[in-house]
Amino acid sequence: MLRKLRVTLAVISITLVTLLFLDFSGTAHRWFGWMAKIQFLPALLALNAGVVVALIAVTLIFGRVYCSVICPLGIMQDIFARLGRTRRKYRYSYSRALTWLRLTMLAVMAISILLGIGAVVALLAPYSAYGRIAQSLLAPLWALGNNLLAAMAERADSYAFYSVDVWMRSGITLAVAAATLAVLAVLAWRNGRTYCNTVCPVGTVLGYVARFSWLKPVIDTTRCNACGLCARNCKAACIDSKTHTIDYTRCVTCMNCIDTCRHGAISYARRRATATSSSTTRGKATDAQRRSFIVTSAVVGAAAALRAQEKTVDGGLAVLADKKIPHRNTPIVPAGAHGWRHLSAHCTACQLCVAACPNGVLRPAADPARLMQPEASYERGYCRPECTRCSQVCPTGAIQPVTREEKTAVQVGHAVWVRANCVPLTDGVECGNCARHCPAGAIQMVASDPADEKSVKIPVVNDARCIGCGACENLCPARPFSAIYVEGHERHHNI
Amino acid sequence: MSKNIDRREFLRRLGIGAAAVAATRLPGCTRASDTAGAYSAQEPIPTDSMTYRTNPHSGDKVSLLGYGCMRWPTIAGTSARDGEDTIDQEEVNRLVDTAIAHGVNYFDTSPAYCKGKSEEATGIALARHPRDTYFIATKLSNFATPTWSREASVAMYRDSLRKLQTDYIDYMLLHGIGMGGMDALKGRYLDNGVLDFLLAEREAGRIRNLGFSYHGDVEVFDYLLALNDRYKWDFVQIQLNYVDWRHAADVNPRNTNAEYLYGELERRDIPAVIMEPLLGGRLASVPDHVMARLKQCEPERSVASWAFRFAGTHPGVMTVLSGMTYMEHLQDNLRTFCPLKPLNEDEMQFLYDTADMMMQYPTIPCNDCKYCMPCPYGLDIPATLLHYNKCVNEGNIPSGLQDADYARARRAYLVGYDRAVPRERQASHCIGCGQCAPHCPQQIDIPGELHRIDRFIESLRQSESV
Repeated sequence: MLRKLRVTLAVISITLVTLLFLDFSGTAHRWFGWMAKIQFLPALLALNAGVVVALIAVTLIFGRVYCSVICPLGIMQDIFARLGRTRRKYRYSYSRALTWLRLTMLAVMAISILLGIGAVVALLAPYSAYGRIAQSLLAPLWALGNNLLAAMAERADSYAFYSVDVWMRSGITLAVAAATLAVLAVLAWRNGRTYCNTVCPVGTVLGYVARFSWLKPVIDTTRCNACGLCARNCKAACIDSKTHTIDYTRCVTCMNCIDTCRHGAISYARRRATATSSSTTRGKATDAQRRSFIVTSAVVGAAAALRAQEKTVDGGLAVLADKKIPHRNTPIVPAGAHGWRHLSAHCTACQLCVAACPNGVLRPAADPARLMQPEASYERGYCRPECTRCSQVCPTGAIQPVTREEKTAVQVGHAVWVRANCVPLTDGVECGNCARHCPAGAIQMVASDPADEKSVKIPVVNDARCIGCGACENLCPARPFSAIYVEGHERHHNI
Repeated sequence: MSKNIDRREFLRRLGIGAAAVAATRLPGCTRASDTAGAYSAQEPIPTDSMTYRTNPHSGDKVSLLGYGCMRWPTIAGTSARDGEDTIDQEEVNRLVDTAIAHGVNYFDTSPAYCKGKSEEATGIALARHPRDTYFIATKLSNFATPTWSREASVAMYRDSLRKLQTDYIDYMLLHGIGMGGMDALKGRYLDNGVLDFLLAEREAGRIRNLGFSYHGDVEVFDYLLALNDRYKWDFVQIQLNYVDWRHAADVNPRNTNAEYLYGELERRDIPAVIMEPLLGGRLASVPDHVMARLKQCEPERSVASWAFRFAGTHPGVMTVLSGMTYMEHLQDNLRTFCPLKPLNEDEMQFLYDTADMMMQYPTIPCNDCKYCMPCPYGLDIPATLLHYNKCVNEGNIPSGLQDADYARARRAYLVGYDRAVPRERQASHCIGCGQCAPHCPQQIDIPGELHRIDRFIESLRQSESV
């Protein structure tokens, strides 16, 4: 019964979280956006005390249910373990806790957060690992399926579905996601929750909290005949049937043992404190735990155009070269992120913003210092004035919520003009497309020759007004490199 | 027309469709071919009933339906003006054979049509028939400034003869007189002696009839007609349809009413060849309420047939050109002209009223002739303008945020826009260089219209209702 409840909740949970990464229309976020915000690490980095306290409280009452029904990476591993079970049913066995490894990983995580080594944080954060898998591997399939429906809708003269671009945002992120998936799939298939009980820092923190939980699976030694079936069915490998003890730091409260026991010897009941770890470990654990809280809170608190062709015949389309990404000295990050350093200190690279961006602007960075964290570029689209989706979905507070009105006053960068590419000068035609589309009114067209009012007009940028949205860069006719591009601001300015 | 299918409805229909497909595959269900046959319930088209008009100058008996060769089909099944596909010569042959079998004998092409491939394809198809059973019309399309010299223009003319596999042209036209005003006329034909050359060719019999096609600046039209005694125009090609008859200036301020143009020709006994009888297809695809009005009158005739009958009813019209890409277009037009059932006065009045109604809808007068293309900056100009017109016709231009239908119309416009035009070829990329505008026979202010549409789209995008 309890197991069924757990499975049901887990299925609902992973479905909704996955949907957040797949749904490009923004509908799922309106209803289930909170699913991302109750993830432990994002909530911690966002200094969302309410959620962190609630999760700790839940763990203190029910044990590590977080790992079973909220964490999408944990549920994903359960799915692989389940697939593995069809091969051989009782295939797990008790193993000793790798306490040193767990604490080392937790320390690595804490130090990385403290020093702002985003790449390590991104790799270890469980929810983000799942996000990358969903965004890099599942979302393209989802989009292709949608495009198929869109093609059918078009034939039926319906506007119910519209097609979206499917493009690879980052090779590195795709590779990391694929590797994570492969490793976890093998581990889960063979040994269940190995990752959660050795590597995952959230699992470690919650594990030591769960030791003191009010409700937990307990073995009634008067009924237990030490058959060991429960241990062989425990994917956390935490039941020592010989000593009738359960390592509660590793138990993810999956309830499988309760259903497995043929003698009704295991029940989910009030605790009878039977600590398995030595007192020294406990000391270390609590210390590490406390340290990580202090550390994270401290960090968070402180931290060439196509030439005109002579027309001879009618019809046809000119060939368009794809736009290329210009070299930017400072990366562009969206309004609400305050600059890439602030973003870097909070972001766990879950890719939720990348998945939510409807304009093809955000993509994971390849720079090692900001590995897989979002950055903006404008060759596919630009940061549209009506859109604030990335800031709405971010669960870690790396991109803080902004309204449309606030966004118009945040300068994320400034436009830079490149004389050599500018079409009025290269082709001798009238243009002004950047000025025409600048939502901030920051671009004016002036005569290129100050002495001659009638000379071709070139754009000039008012840095005091430019907000770095990239409309000019995206809509510039010069290809493959635009004649005007945006250089990021290290710290965003407010007008 | 149910454009507002919501997602649930769409999925439901999809399911029904799948079920229907499954059902037809049931063994023993052999009615598929029967039902296909049932669609051709209309009687076969007679092969001996084409209406002909006689050219008073040469005595030619010309079929009232003329074949416009600017939209030959491609192997991809589209018109050769769209995309890069090659012309489907076998299909062209089939169309030409069908047309000739039903009495069509006037074929109108140009060195510019189908990205320069039309004359060759037309020549191949026609050379399979006896040369004296049809008339070839082509043009001296020396639009580009490098072809303004006498040598280049004459070379273009000789090239036409070669591609059309003939040693004489039945109907030769100065192409697009009026575009670019008097300057272009002088540069292309008068100052360089090209018109004198053509007159000499007519004298020599290699051009049997000499005329011109007219778009735009009426000054040039009047100028050439005033010199009729000198040039003796054998025919003139004008744009005529029931909207342009009296509303040409409403469609476009620089256009001239067909009523005037036709009157001037009739007064001088010059036969008129009619182009754009459908106003670039816009009289075949009309606003829903206009469609209902026309169909109510003649439920079994096509919407397009009204426009063809309008053009053909005028006695001074020698032939009405139609650029037929598909066999269905040809068949529908043959039904209209084999024989022509002229409109009576009431029906004429009915069409004038219809034109008045249509003028209340602010469509852009783009005929999708693609003379503006290719845009050097990669835009798809006609597709952008036509999508706008389509949305006007379907009522998908929301008037404002208060519009009860706002969200649906907005979605229809934006989703349909991305389907019709790839993002990097949309109006937002128009830089206003203006290179397209002089090529437009309708003299649309293309950059102005594109910028207006872009502002409208921007307002739609920004009013995302979340």
